[in-house]
Amino acid sequence: MSQITIKNAVKRYGNNTVISGLNLNIRDGELFTLLGPSGCGKTTLLRMIAGFNSIEGGDFCFNEERINDKDPSKRNIGMVFQNYAIFPHLTVRENVAFGLKNRRLDKATIKAETDKFLKMMQIDQYADRLPENLSGGQQQRVALARALVIKPDVLLMDEPLSNLDAKLRMEMRQAIREIQKEVGITTVYVTHDQEEAMSISDTIAVMKDGEIQHLGSPREIYQRPANIFVATFIGRTNILSAQMKGGKLCFDCGYEEGRQNWQSISDQPVQVSARPEEFVIGKEGQPGIPGTVVDSIYLGLNTHYIVDIGLEQKVELIQESSIEDDIVPGSRIALTVKTEKVNIFDQQGNVNLLRG
Amino acid sequence: MKNNHRFRLDVWGIITLIVLGLYLIFMVYPLGNLIKMAFYGDDGFTLDNFIKFFSKPYYSSTLKNSFTVSFAGTLTSLLVGIPMAYFFAMYKIVGKKLLRILIIISSMSAPFVGAYAWILLLGRNGVITNFIKDIFGITPPEIYGFNGMLLVFTSQLFSLVFLYVAGALNKVDNSLLEASENMGCTGTRRFFKVVMPLIMPTVMAAALLVFIRALSDFGTPMLMGEGYRTFPVILYTEFVGEVSQNKGFASAIAVIAILITTVVFFGQNYVSNRKSFSMNSLHPIEEKPIHGLKSFLIHLFCYSVVFIAMLPQVYVAYCSFRAVSGSIYVEGFSLNSYIQMFDRLGKSVENTIILPLISLVVVLLMAVLIAYLSVRRRNVLTGTVDTLSMVPYIIPGTVVGIALVTSFNREPIALTGTVLIMVVALVIRRLPYTIRSSVAILHQIPITIEEAALSLGSSKMKTFFKITVPMMSSGIIAGAILSWVTMIGELSTAMILYTGRTQTLTVAIYTEIIRGNYGIASAMATVLTILTVISLLVFNKFSKNGEITM
Repeated sequence: MSQITIKNAVKRYGNNTVISGLNLNIRDGELFTLLGPSGCGKTTLLRMIAGFNSIEGGDFCFNEERINDKDPSKRNIGMVFQNYAIFPHLTVRENVAFGLKNRRLDKATIKAETDKFLKMMQIDQYADRLPENLSGGQQQRVALARALVIKPDVLLMDEPLSNLDAKLRMEMRQAIREIQKEVGITTVYVTHDQEEAMSISDTIAVMKDGEIQHLGSPREIYQRPANIFVATFIGRTNILSAQMKGGKLCFDCGYEEGRQNWQSISDQPVQVSARPEEFVIGKEGQPGIPGTVVDSIYLGLNTHYIVDIGLEQKVELIQESSIEDDIVPGSRIALTVKTEKVNIFDQQGNVNLLRG
Repeated sequence: MKNNHRFRLDVWGIITLIVLGLYLIFMVYPLGNLIKMAFYGDDGFTLDNFIKFFSKPYYSSTLKNSFTVSFAGTLTSLLVGIPMAYFFAMYKIVGKKLLRILIIISSMSAPFVGAYAWILLLGRNGVITNFIKDIFGITPPEIYGFNGMLLVFTSQLFSLVFLYVAGALNKVDNSLLEASENMGCTGTRRFFKVVMPLIMPTVMAAALLVFIRALSDFGTPMLMGEGYRTFPVILYTEFVGEVSQNKGFASAIAVIAILITTVVFFGQNYVSNRKSFSMNSLHPIEEKPIHGLKSFLIHLFCYSVVFIAMLPQVYVAYCSFRAVSGSIYVEGFSLNSYIQMFDRLGKSVENTIILPLISLVVVLLMAVLIAYLSVRRRNVLTGTVDTLSMVPYIIPGTVVGIALVTSFNREPIALTGTVLIMVVALVIRRLPYTIRSSVAILHQIPITIEEAALSLGSSKMKTFFKITVPMMSSGIIAGAILSWVTMIGELSTAMILYTGRTQTLTVAIYTEIIRGNYGIASAMATVLTILTVISLLVFNKFSKNGEITM
């Protein structure tokens, strides 16, 4: 078990700097997710921890020990790959036992440990099959068993579920979460799927262009995103421009809202992020942003509305479906925002003015 | 893996240096030596050899001859091979499997055996020649010289084009054909507008291979060229010439040969790089049934081509059972040729098995290592190794032989006449092919599998031998058997390098033909064919889809 500390990490490909001066601290036993769009450097960072990418600068430590120059085979890590990377010429049992054999344990121990993890991952009935006869989900279980059986200090997972179909993905998410808690191993998980990240992580680091944009719990990241990028990347949101004047939020159409904790925000042009569920629909003529319903999409539990408020980008909002379908396309409405939920950013969208 | 672009002195770094060293000793040094001999006479630097070559038509005409016949041979091979492959991919043809196997066998046979058989059939005293003379009272056109060589090259080398193009057509997605049909482009028009552009890179690669094979072929022009002398012939006669042996001049010819093939290689590279793209088909082309006249013509074409390609092999086998008196076939059948053969074989059958076997082991080991270096550990040094390993691809076998003989005939490395020099030659010549196919296999193995092994505590060498090599094995074994077949049919280098002790079956066949012992030659050639066929049957066992990559 260990915590991972990364100080001033630098990664360069030729003259192209992908990561410059990244700092990170991953607590012992937590499931830590690196989340970001493709090309943000998350997999690069993971592979630097694993030792498959060179490190151009900074310190990588497991607990107190600096591992920069340690061979990947000596770092005692378990790794699960996107394409499973199961050895196709070895049986399931041989795959799982591979790492133990490299550690020159005695035969009885190898057998006992292998059996234990085969059982834990519910693949013991396939032990003597070749991997090509297994489904994707089963192969991923083999990969997980193989990574965990060596009792690694750290478990690294590189988009482990992206090759599975939707239903299996949900199942495996749950399985990974449960086993990670059971074994209590520090885990670094890479994904571009924000829903997946939200559902399994203790801590999420949202990355973009090799930099960590926001580091926090799933709830924090969703409710108080650090900047507009995080707000738009995690979940869906609408961005509206407005002005802060004397602690009041003033939209161009004249609609105003105020709140106690907004008093400290100085007067300035701002951008407001309002998620679809953070709008309230009012009748035409009431205070609010006037708009016309362009489309409504009934999804059972909720109904989505697309509303034209005179901007290029139409606004999307979501409400619990009502029995009567009274807001039809063409209806004129007025929108108000749930002030306790919306986020206010500076004009560039770099700073969340609500975060202390 | 950790840093793909910088040289590090780990296990793989050391292997890089060893391989590089071997190439420097056994290829760069001999070729350098050859070039030196071409430019340095007894009195220092001289261009005399080159002046001699270009000023005497006796020599310079070989340039033109070689070019003309190789170019013509490439063209005809393409003209036969491409339609053949296209018909095979598009239509249901009766006996397709058998035809395919026969084509593969003909591609694997030694060209000079074909040349010899054609002389028996169409030569001055050939069976068909005499038959036509008796029936029609006319003399058919001469087989010797350009015509015969073109026939031999086409009937043997079309099979390479066929195999290459068939492989490429396999990768063309059926939906592309359906799409073009949808837009009103069908039949021949579709062939030229859609199919040809798609397989063009492959056609170019096949054309290069065929051209270089034709240009470097030594046995065919030796046997049936007569007045039509080509490059490898004068190269050989100048080098081993009993009348006047002029190594400097031979070296100069070799240098010119290398220059030409290099220019052709880069020319082809330039053209095909501009049109290269990769394809992967989810739905391969489905073969359609054909009827009526179209069916008849297509079947006629395919069967005629295969018949012509197989005729030499079959006729040689037939001849081996005929009774012989001196160098003339007489009435009746006997096994005398086979009985006499055993006296003449000496160690040649043994050599034909042992030399390629040793070479094969070395080729496989080196090819897998070099492929791994050039795919997984790209840096300047491995890049150099990769480039060096490809050089022999475009160097005629005769040149390799001459370079080795002249460089290793004295201390400190006196190898001339040894088994080792034969092995070195076979290894150098076969490595480019095996490396290419190993590289292709390696590209299909995700690097993460090796990383998984490393992260599980396996060392680099253990990962390579326990994980990477076993995963490559099916492809490697298939490639190995093809290498083996090519090596047992090798003549041009062996002709330069052999001694009584290291004589191979091909050399023995060639010698018997020259001596006029046609019966024995036929028997030996049949033994060679049987060895080839057995090897190919084994290949089919190991190869997953029977696809041949040269």
